[in-house]
Amino acid sequence: MTATITPKPVQESPSITANARGYVERVRGGDMGALPAVFGLVVLCTVFAILRPAFLSSGNFANLLTQGAAVTVIAMGLVFVLLLGEIDLSAGFASGVCAAILAIMLSSQGLPWYVAVGAAILAGVVIGTTIGSIVAKLGIPSFVVTLAAFLAFQGLVLLLVKGGTIIAIRDETILSISNKNLPPTLGWILLAVGVVAYAGLQLTRARKRASRGLTSDPISLIAVRVGALALLGGLAVYFLNIERSRNAAVVSLAGVPLVVPVIVVLLLILTFLLRRTAYGRHLYAVGGNAEAARRAGINVDRMKISAFVICSSMAAIGGIIAASRASSVDPNTGGSNVLLYAVGAAVIGGTSLFGGKGRVLDAILGGAVVAVIENGMGLMGYSSGVKYMVTGSVLLLAAMVDALSRKRAAATGLR
Amino acid sequence: MTPALELRGIDKSFGPVQVLHDVSLSAYPGEVTALVGDNGAGKSTLVKCVGGIHSIDSGEYFFDGKAVQIGSPRDAADLGIEIVYQDLALCDNLDIVQNMFLGREHKRGIVLDEDTMEEMAARTLESLSVRTVKSIRQLVASLSGGQRQTVAIAKAVLWNSKVVILDEPTAALGVAQTAQVLELVRRLADQGLAVVLISHNMNDVFAVSDRIATLYLGRMAAQVKTSDVTHAQVVELITSGRSGDLGLTNGVTV
Repeated sequence: MTATITPKPVQESPSITANARGYVERVRGGDMGALPAVFGLVVLCTVFAILRPAFLSSGNFANLLTQGAAVTVIAMGLVFVLLLGEIDLSAGFASGVCAAILAIMLSSQGLPWYVAVGAAILAGVVIGTTIGSIVAKLGIPSFVVTLAAFLAFQGLVLLLVKGGTIIAIRDETILSISNKNLPPTLGWILLAVGVVAYAGLQLTRARKRASRGLTSDPISLIAVRVGALALLGGLAVYFLNIERSRNAAVVSLAGVPLVVPVIVVLLLILTFLLRRTAYGRHLYAVGGNAEAARRAGINVDRMKISAFVICSSMAAIGGIIAASRASSVDPNTGGSNVLLYAVGAAVIGGTSLFGGKGRVLDAILGGAVVAVIENGMGLMGYSSGVKYMVTGSVLLLAAMVDALSRKRAAATGLR
Repeated sequence: MTPALELRGIDKSFGPVQVLHDVSLSAYPGEVTALVGDNGAGKSTLVKCVGGIHSIDSGEYFFDGKAVQIGSPRDAADLGIEIVYQDLALCDNLDIVQNMFLGREHKRGIVLDEDTMEEMAARTLESLSVRTVKSIRQLVASLSGGQRQTVAIAKAVLWNSKVVILDEPTAALGVAQTAQVLELVRRLADQGLAVVLISHNMNDVFAVSDRIATLYLGRMAAQVKTSDVTHAQVVELITSGRSGDLGLTNGVTV
């Protein structure tokens, strides 16, 4: 990450300006990362806030988060498949199948919520194993395999919900995921714990590296990062803790929606998996150069299957969140635009369609862009037709940024 | 001196085609053994047999004077035999340290031990006097051809290997980079490793090697000391399998 001269036993930590310069160089060299998504998010939010002040209300902000949660979670899983240069077009309806299984378990069978959730995620694992094995062992392009699965799962959802009835969900725990909020104080406590833990981790890491004579991030840079996290997190929690019920005496509606900590926990787990374990390292390696990975003794087939398993399992969780938000499951759960929004979210966030590049956080940023477009344009009173066209254009734009930055990187020798 | 690697009477066929006939080869610690031969002479097949990618049909395989069986690339790696292939098998999207430890990462529990890996990589590059890379945390994509070759070689010596086989390491490099890599090859041998260098370039061969082994149509034409032969003799051995008293008579090893 940091630029230094030759590997010498003792290295000076580069200053914050050197870090910043290195970052600018990387961006110029075509490694844009999440920059376009962050930029897009800022522009979109500003435009909508000016045109429709209601966009900035606490109620709309909370609504936006729960609206985009399911797509974002599916996109987080898709990152794993995209990292290998593969694609999973069936993720949307896989989430529908898992949601239908959840609903049947809860309603028809009357089983407790944890059994139903377990069954839904298990279904995701089975789906992922099947698709992954076909792709890896038979060598059929994932595009074709998952396109077939897309059609098949669409049918399976129809069969599961018995030709078009709607299965209502009444289980309190499941419903609370998308409809309940954290108590305001708990929101503050969780944020404080998160910021302190982040600062502690960064500082110990920097100190340990410095004591071993390795380059470490300067304290000032760590302070900036921790400060940014505290500021953005603080603003969000403050905003969401504002009472948004029309009649607070009857029912109070304040606090961080429960899906937010759910997504944060998933983000932490998956990021740890990608960044800190050999598994994640091998996933990037297979995406970058499968032959090199194979020669290094990595089982490429197993990596592929595991990526599809993670993708479908995350789709299952996305399905559960969607079912919770709609309080029901119908034949269109996980259908229509869910998959395309999810792929769009991952790509808009900066995950490369060519494999080997991407982060779980990207999916969240991209998911936020998609959710803001959907929500903001809804507020402006545009029809679904216009929304689809705008989202499509943004996706195309993101893919262009990906392709162009790749070209530029090749020209500057940075990939 | 015992050769670090010794092959005797290796035969290898692919179906009806016999690619290697009764090939013998020795590589000594502290020396660079150049393996030369025309296209199709069997150099790559021989190297793949050594590396365990192909099994041998018959013949003996000695490592440090002891007979061994090599059934897979893992076996060869476990003995301390590393092969740097022509297409370097590096991942562009990973940095130098990540590439050097790919598939053999150091871990503490389930967490990658980045600091130890970074230290070991830095020490290895230091020991090879590699000073051309700016940071060992830069992506391999940003390296030049020579630097990539250096990383691939450093990756091979990271594991206390005893025999390093380099398949045409300078084929795609410019003049200055070729010189750098050859210097590195020489340094590996000076550190006591047995180095086998496959090359088409006679200048490279005469610049760094101690011995030259010439393959001709799947047979070992001659294995001689570099100081005992001339440029012209080696070319003759490569193209016709014999040169004066050296080489094959009627296609059979003398």
